[in-house]
Amino acid sequence: MGLLNLIWSSFPALLRGTVVTLELTLAFLSLGLIIGISLALSRVYGGQVLAKLASGFEQIFRGIPALVLLFLFYFGAAEFGINLSVVTAAILAMGLRSSAYQSQIFRGAIQSISSGQMMAARALGMNLYKAARYIILPQALRFSIAPWSNEYAGVLKDTSLCYAIGVVELMRQGRYIVARTFGHSLLIYILIAVIYFILVYIGLKGLRLLEIRLHVPGFETKRNGLERI
Amino acid sequence: MFQVLKQKEMDLKGFDMSNNIILRVEDLHKVYGALEVLKGVTFSLSKGESKVIIGPSGTGKSTLLRCINRLTQPSSGRVWLDDVEVTDHKANINQIRASIGMVFQDFNLFSHLQILDNVRIGPMKVKGMSKEEATKLAMEELANVGLADKVKAYPAELSGGQQQRASIARALAMNPKLILFDEPTSALDPELIGEVLTVMINLAKDGMTMLVVSHEMGFARSVADEIIFLENGVILEEGPPNQLFLHPKHNRTAEFLHKITELYGETVK
Repeated sequence: MGLLNLIWSSFPALLRGTVVTLELTLAFLSLGLIIGISLALSRVYGGQVLAKLASGFEQIFRGIPALVLLFLFYFGAAEFGINLSVVTAAILAMGLRSSAYQSQIFRGAIQSISSGQMMAARALGMNLYKAARYIILPQALRFSIAPWSNEYAGVLKDTSLCYAIGVVELMRQGRYIVARTFGHSLLIYILIAVIYFILVYIGLKGLRLLEIRLHVPGFETKRNGLERI
Repeated sequence: MFQVLKQKEMDLKGFDMSNNIILRVEDLHKVYGALEVLKGVTFSLSKGESKVIIGPSGTGKSTLLRCINRLTQPSSGRVWLDDVEVTDHKANINQIRASIGMVFQDFNLFSHLQILDNVRIGPMKVKGMSKEEATKLAMEELANVGLADKVKAYPAELSGGQQQRASIARALAMNPKLILFDEPTSALDPELIGEVLTVMINLAKDGMTMLVVSHEMGFARSVADEIIFLENGVILEEGPPNQLFLHPKHNRTAEFLHKITELYGETVK
């Protein structure tokens, strides 16, 4: 009875935490998507300078632990007189970090598109922007869904690190409940683990459905056209 | 200096007008590192004319085509389309390319788009045509190449011959001044070559200006006005098909024609 009561009374706080976790995930992934695609395009089609800059940016954000990035953007920036709110600092640190990883996904996908596609687009009179926008990206993004689902799962789970700079997300709500109720850590952390698992699970299912929905003949998502080889 | 240039330009334009010349290629060179692929190629194409470029592999045929719409940057020399200098770096190359159709050996249809979208995307996104207008045009062009019933198919669902016909429709929908064909039948199974050649022959007969890299002598003999024999980056010989077949000036020409006729036969009589 006591345990059920605890779960029941923790529910509103965990729900609020879950909403914040989802908001953070959405913000990180969106920022990462926009900058990630730009980085990938810069690396493939940009001039030497742009490609080098993009590559350097990726090296930096992939080479530093997420927790260190969070501390740098929150505590570090404050020392320069830049006082970011915890959420802003988190979005910058984790969004930019995600963009560096997403860029690799998109770059790989763009480079897997046959060069004849770009040639045909340019031969029609499309400029580089139109060719990328209408011909290359629609194909590359289809190829990106599967690897991108990894990034989704990683980013969602890594929102829990924002706990360390004081963002009141799911993990921190859990800590509050554990502190308030003295003990019951196991139960609360299991609850939190289940919530993360469900969020990741639903998202991955959704992305898989998207992949199937956007499937185009010739971009096989099922068995590569081979039956039980 | 300026006056001289001006004079030269006027001369060229005058020349264009009197001979109805659409394409002029002047002393075109292309160098890759130490390798000179094109060593000064000069020829021209009049409105409604079809010329076929033949030559051994690796001799610069595809490079030559790509230099014409600058998909490959020529090292030197000049290309004129009507009175616009294609090789002028201030020229609007996208606009020029929009008026030069190109058909590739591997079709290069846009894999993620249905056939209808493949054909109407150029008119819509490059020329700014409305969707209704572009759709109507695309349907007409697809009907002309016998693909009216395939508009909803994706490229991967079509045979090679159908894909190549669709890519010809895509080029035609841009209403080009000329079409470049880069070995349009080389990637096709033998029984599919005929349907593509038939479309090309009808195009030539309808007065389309065409520059075709191909070893299909059937096409060359039935509609080509001239055959250009390119070897080692230079034009070795150029003339009407019958002249090249019956009275070639060079032994090499006779030898090569003999070889490809034997190899490819004549798909279209």
